[in-house]
Amino acid sequence: MPHFTKPAEGSWTEHFGLATEPVSYDDSISPEFYEAERDAIFRRTWLNVGRVEQLPRNGSYFTRELDAARTSVIIVRDMKGTVRAFHNICRHRGNKLVWEDYPREETSGVCRQFTCKYHGWRYDLEGALTFVQQESEFFDLDRNRFGLVPVTTDIWEGFIFVNFDPDAQPLRDYMGRLGAGLEGYPFHLMTQRHTYRAEIGANWKLFIDAFMEFYHAPVLHAKQATAEESRKLQGFGYEALAYDVDGPHSMISSWGGMSPPKDLSMVKPMERVLRSGLFGKWEGPDIGELPPGVNPSRSPSWGTDSFLFFPNFMLLVWKPNWYLTYHYWPTSYNTHIFETSLCFAPPTNAFERLQEELAVVTFKEYGLQDGNTLEATQTMIESRAVTEFPLCDQEVMLRHLHTTCRRYVAEHQAGHATPVRITAAS
Amino acid sequence: MALLPADFADLEPFTAWCLPSEKDRFAKRISSTMPELQAFYDAAFPRLQESEDYLKSVALDGISEEDRNLLWLFASLVTVSFPVEVWRQPRVPDSGASSIDVVVAPNP
Repeated sequence: MPHFTKPAEGSWTEHFGLATEPVSYDDSISPEFYEAERDAIFRRTWLNVGRVEQLPRNGSYFTRELDAARTSVIIVRDMKGTVRAFHNICRHRGNKLVWEDYPREETSGVCRQFTCKYHGWRYDLEGALTFVQQESEFFDLDRNRFGLVPVTTDIWEGFIFVNFDPDAQPLRDYMGRLGAGLEGYPFHLMTQRHTYRAEIGANWKLFIDAFMEFYHAPVLHAKQATAEESRKLQGFGYEALAYDVDGPHSMISSWGGMSPPKDLSMVKPMERVLRSGLFGKWEGPDIGELPPGVNPSRSPSWGTDSFLFFPNFMLLVWKPNWYLTYHYWPTSYNTHIFETSLCFAPPTNAFERLQEELAVVTFKEYGLQDGNTLEATQTMIESRAVTEFPLCDQEVMLRHLHTTCRRYVAEHQAGHATPVRITAAS
Repeated sequence: MALLPADFADLEPFTAWCLPSEKDRFAKRISSTMPELQAFYDAAFPRLQESEDYLKSVALDGISEEDRNLLWLFASLVTVSFPVEVWRQPRVPDSGASSIDVVVAPNP
């Protein structure tokens, strides 16, 4: 018996028009498919590269290594305050323009102009070429023709995105109904940020799979709860409150009884003392009414919503009023860099800072278990000893993600400029 | 010389845990033995338990050096609570060679 109501079709999977057969993971173990994804997905969709708080003043900049999109970009707030993005390449001989000691490492800072390390060519923050070393040695050099190559950029709710498709649809349209439902959430007030990064030995989609279902949670993370609570959780299993799909994007709305727990004996001594845990401080800051896209079923048991904005940007909003982001940046068909930022309203006193620390560190303990499992999965599916895998209804968003990726690749290979949207059977 | 506020003098033997970076706190945890972690936990956990009011009175704006040390000592206790309360070993079980490294952290 389901504890939470399912759609009239009897399952979420059928509700969203997805197949129920076992799936193939060929799309996660094939170098050729990954090469296709780079062009069909990472050079054709809006990619979130950071937040406006990372550019606090005019002249602030940071770089992003976007291997999957075959480039490196500079994101900068120009002297007029406009956020711009450029390919990180000098127009003279193609040297990477902005980097510190190691060309493949990202960097950030504040500057008034960009100067190439190689021959000293300079560009202002709007991308114009302003200085050429020994300019008279060149042949009719028209500086106007050699400005930095701009990358389409836009901002949604303080999140900065880039897009390498010259025909990209506007960002706000791309974010669709799920994005619109989050607008107004006070992301800008949650400026206390902890960022972690890990190199993961698995295809980028496999880690998204791990975070777009909680069917694994009562098992893989069993020891994170007290023994009695753990037995109870495994007996109960996992069911989401609701799922939703809009075009390539998807979300899971999940219950969570830990903020605060119904019974204090359910949680570890440190959680009892600090009144905090994986779900954050039990008593979060007052942020007023939540936008309609958060806890869409308006369930009193609601704990967290996980949004996947295709292809690789996840946004999790938690009941005690904080949020985190996940990004998955592919570096090959079986490796990627995972990044997460946990963002809170700034604590005012030492006790609140410790409550925050417990939430962050608890997350890290889970993340270490998740990351390790992925490598174990990748190596075995690469063995091709088994080629078909049954997915349950609580894994519906995995089917949606892999279907979406395959469709983008197929559309791109068929020569369509714009992938056809997958529509929800609503 | 005392590193902690006077009321926490009993924790002075554990000031090697006053580490401002999460990376260092975690590194010290996984390079310690269980008896070392247990001894730190047994001394510091009861003090955290009875210090909520004090810690709430410590504003982060303009925090003193001693209070900052105390904050980082208790932050170490937070990471040490996992081996002591649940794992029974310094490392996270089933985490193998995986690592997650902090790249941005607030101070404090």
